[in-house]
Amino acid sequence: MMLDSTDSYVTEDGRTIGGVVMEMKNITLRFGGVVAIKDISFDIREGEIRAIIGPNGAGKSSMLNVISGFYVPQDGEVLFHGKPRPHMKPYEVAQQGIARTFQNIALFEGMTVLDNVMTGRLNKMNSGLLAQAIWRGKAEQEEIENREKAEKIIDFLEIQHIRKTPVARLPYGLKKRVELARALVSEPSILLLDEPMAGMNVEEKEDMSRFILDVNDEFGTTIALIEHDMGVVMDLSDRVVVMDYGKKIGDGTPSDIRNNQAVIDAYLGVAHD
Amino acid sequence: MFYREAGDFKTSYTDDNQTFPIKFDRYRYYVVLAVAFGIIPFLINDYWANAFLLPFLIYSIAAIGLNILTGYCGQVSLGTGGFMAVGAYACYKLMTAFPDVNIFFHVIAAGGVTAIVCTAFGLPSLRIKGFYLAVATLAAQFFLVWLFNKVSWFYNYSASGQINAPERTVFGVPVTGANTEAWATYLFCLVFLAISAIIARNLTRGMQGRKWMAIRDMDIAAEIIGVNPMRAKLSAFAVSGFFIGISGALFFAVYLGAVEVGEVFGIQKSFLVLFMIIIGGLGSIFGSFAGAAFLVLLPVALKLVGVDLLGWPTDIVAHIQLIIVGALIIIFLIAEPHGIAQLWRVAKEKLRLWPFPH
Repeated sequence: MMLDSTDSYVTEDGRTIGGVVMEMKNITLRFGGVVAIKDISFDIREGEIRAIIGPNGAGKSSMLNVISGFYVPQDGEVLFHGKPRPHMKPYEVAQQGIARTFQNIALFEGMTVLDNVMTGRLNKMNSGLLAQAIWRGKAEQEEIENREKAEKIIDFLEIQHIRKTPVARLPYGLKKRVELARALVSEPSILLLDEPMAGMNVEEKEDMSRFILDVNDEFGTTIALIEHDMGVVMDLSDRVVVMDYGKKIGDGTPSDIRNNQAVIDAYLGVAHD
Repeated sequence: MFYREAGDFKTSYTDDNQTFPIKFDRYRYYVVLAVAFGIIPFLINDYWANAFLLPFLIYSIAAIGLNILTGYCGQVSLGTGGFMAVGAYACYKLMTAFPDVNIFFHVIAAGGVTAIVCTAFGLPSLRIKGFYLAVATLAAQFFLVWLFNKVSWFYNYSASGQINAPERTVFGVPVTGANTEAWATYLFCLVFLAISAIIARNLTRGMQGRKWMAIRDMDIAAEIIGVNPMRAKLSAFAVSGFFIGISGALFFAVYLGAVEVGEVFGIQKSFLVLFMIIIGGLGSIFGSFAGAAFLVLLPVALKLVGVDLLGWPTDIVAHIQLIIVGALIIIFLIAEPHGIAQLWRVAKEKLRLWPFPH
């Protein structure tokens, strides 16, 4: 199936996948002599779940860091809504509506779950320092409006009971969920998930998968995720990019990838004789 | 028994966002305010005002300021003494240059000046963190003290190199100078402390506070979710400087009346305020009060016990005080890094269920 960048289509389970929101064009990223990403191009369509997979050290996390503005590629450009994105600081990328979670949880340990989630709303709040200091009018009103939004996400991800618990006291699986909540509450146009299921048991993985699908279904959020669990990736994603040693070796639907010889070689190894 | 939150339900986010969401806490706060404003001024005498109340009020403001910077935003500062000196000298210059303007505005303007200076010295924080930043702020401390000694314009070319607060009145009652009364100076400082504490609390419970804490807890993650690190850090320096400047101005104008900069606003002052927030509790407004009260009361209490009760020589008691403060800081750092505020929180947790824990 060949699609134009503005075409949309409907998946088997009835979700509409729109045009291209973000396109990576010939991205090359080097750290000194090490080439982490070599001339990779792929796109992310609106409303889809796009997986990036590959063996360890393939450059997946680097790719995510390029998207979120943390690394600046030496070559190539990132197109967002069809326009090349100028060099931006990470917080400016966040303001454009790209939210992410981290492989090693990056929550604010000293704050409560509610405060962590509320922090995700910071780009939606713009009352000044003075207004906040007297806590009247706009500042208070904003706080309450955004609290409602935050509470919706807290309900959605079923973390109401730990709302006021400091994050440092939570177990790993819940922390992952709080981090998802913090990213989700900013109503991102693209949500980047870096190994959302790393280190989880089967039950927690099932929960997390359900949440990812629900998020995509309920809010129509575009999701790009890195994951190692093949079963999860094949079940969740609409399209998959496969990387190996910084190069793209496959791109397509899960069934395409399953039958791609280069991917099979990369994962299972090739006989050398 | 002392502490009931059962049945205290919130039906709106406004209720839940209050400074004191629990009814009991709220009433206790009103009682404290009523006592502080309505009763203490009638009972106060010069000894208590000068030995405990005034320094407590003024150090509390400084501790709140430093707590915002260090406790909430995670930027360690050893320049508090220098920044207090900025507040004091700014207040002095304004008092002498505009004698007709009310002292109230001079103190606030002194806070503003200090905010600007503090922000300028906060610029290195964009590049360096932790110990290295502490050393950079230490440079501010020494530079500012040197500056106020060196440039005689700051002390209006007086022969002694000191600054002396001229008499100024609020509503016809003198609050600075030689003819002040204890209750007036006390109330003057109390008003500033109350306003400072309310502002600090509002800032730290809202989005600004969350940005600061996000920078403190994990600056990279904070930046990824959209906190502008430069603005967050510099705003912490500015707000912190504002409070510290006010405290410096009050310390000079209302409490001491005459100041020699190296003696009063030296490095010891920076450490004293830092110890206050460490012992009181980093990242807690209540902790700022607790730490200030503790370190101001400790010498008074030790003197009462040691000199008056046991009849020990004064110098020995003074040395014992140093030993006790040092030991307490080590104990707090090891046993309760979150300070008195955390002890208070734990006590409240326990009291929630007392005496029927099941």
